[in-house]
Amino acid sequence: MTVLEFDAVTKIYNVRGAGQLKALDDVSFTLSASQTIGLVGQSGSGKSTIAKILTQLEVPTTGEVRLGGQPIPRRGKGLRTYRQQLRMVFQDPFASLNPYHSIRYHIARPLRLDNVVPKSETDAEVRRLLERVRLSPDAVIDRRPHELSGGQRQRVAIARALASRPKFLVADEPVSMLDVSIRLGVLSLLSDLQREQELGVLYITHDLATARHFSDEIIVLNQGRIVEHGTADDVILRPTNRYTQALRAASPDPEKHFASGADILGGAR
Amino acid sequence: MRDALLSINDFSVVYDVDPPVPAVKNVSLEIHRGEILGLAGESGCGKTTLAYGVQRLLKAPAVITSGSVTFHDADGDDVDINSLDVEQMRRFRWDKISMVFQGAMNALTPVATIGSQLEDVFHVHRPTMTKAERRAAVIDLLEIVKVGGARIRSFPHELSGGMRQRVMIAMALALRPQLMVMDEPTTALDVLVQREILRQISELRHEFGFSVIFITHDLPLLLEISDRIAIMREGEIVELATAEQIWTNPQDEYTKTLLSSFPRLTGEKGMVAR
Repeated sequence: MTVLEFDAVTKIYNVRGAGQLKALDDVSFTLSASQTIGLVGQSGSGKSTIAKILTQLEVPTTGEVRLGGQPIPRRGKGLRTYRQQLRMVFQDPFASLNPYHSIRYHIARPLRLDNVVPKSETDAEVRRLLERVRLSPDAVIDRRPHELSGGQRQRVAIARALASRPKFLVADEPVSMLDVSIRLGVLSLLSDLQREQELGVLYITHDLATARHFSDEIIVLNQGRIVEHGTADDVILRPTNRYTQALRAASPDPEKHFASGADILGGAR
Repeated sequence: MRDALLSINDFSVVYDVDPPVPAVKNVSLEIHRGEILGLAGESGCGKTTLAYGVQRLLKAPAVITSGSVTFHDADGDDVDINSLDVEQMRRFRWDKISMVFQGAMNALTPVATIGSQLEDVFHVHRPTMTKAERRAAVIDLLEIVKVGGARIRSFPHELSGGMRQRVMIAMALALRPQLMVMDEPTTALDVLVQREILRQISELRHEFGFSVIFITHDLPLLLEISDRIAIMREGEIVELATAEQIWTNPQDEYTKTLLSSFPRLTGEKGMVAR
């Protein structure tokens, strides 16, 4: 089975006038196909830097990323083939789709560029992908992004990411811009696709509750370092690291709140 | 029966576009003195329109089509907010009801120090105060919200998001209003910072005794901080009950749907099933 290895990656940014910023500090983990890893941490903890390095938008200062044991090519056809196997789903479905183009165009384009199917089958494949993300092809294929709801747009973005038949998906806060009642639907879709297509998913979020629910493993990142990595239940229910404990204590947890009878200040209600 | 602070009666707002959009439909609601009332609902449900509407902060094409809002002042007067003229309204706002806006972190002007922005509140509403008094009051406010008086000369970009949010809370607190309306005050913040701010709001509420209308889509968070919660959907309040009742015994189907939209952090893996 294909694995994606993040091996001892350190990323240092030179900040003008402020010296150097260590965004990632000796980060290692392995993501295998058919597994979801939740990546949690506060803003500035380095979550998005990991996503940028995985997609080769940034290059590690030291360390290496390997796919199936092979280092990622820095440019050219090799990089293209790599990116075909690892796709992103972005946070903002309003910004990640081009308002000028139809839904058909958005999904057909990666199919054409990566020669996934013969040209004559492009349209059928677009429809198949839309059905995969539980959208009715006839209802959306000729529409433009602004005619769809946020949840529908994010489904289109997922269909586009799946078009080139990747082995890995990096989902960076894929539901935080969506209405609460449709978030679980989109996450469940991702999790179904992950199982059916044996995708490896890196689910980047600040929400511990959904991370626990949709991930096999959870990695907690603080100031560029992995402070805890384990099975989802272990990390959330039995955190050993103090930072993880603080994150958990700060997350809303009505269950514990009503069970303890204490108010938010820790005093009796 | 607890002491009422604000009585909203049969309140309706329509966005007069083509076709007209009824945003708030015949809402009646009473806010008690000293309580935190959570207002939950999804985008487009009318929660922000309702909160703006009761303070007459809406602009065309929004039209208040029915209802009244009565403010029961601590000094015994009942104020019908709809009947105030422009000058009375100007005096009333911020003095009696203040607001922490959505995205308040970015609501400060980048070209003035936070001290001068806080001083403006006193300039406008307490014209008899001397410069020294204003300055002392601003330092006091910054201390209360734990930004620290030493930051009086800081510009917004020199502060973290959480600190800017505290400055906005200080501003809302400046005239010791009896009601603070907070529209998604912590949505853009990290959970750790969010928790600190919530704790602070709760502490200040105990200290100064104001009421809070807390608007958010984050129901788990509301359940922890609110005394009562109103669930809004399509312009109507579908359920109003204590936080504990909403949690243990929700009545409305939509409330149940919202509750089941949040996976559980601890306990059995799965959704909050009702």
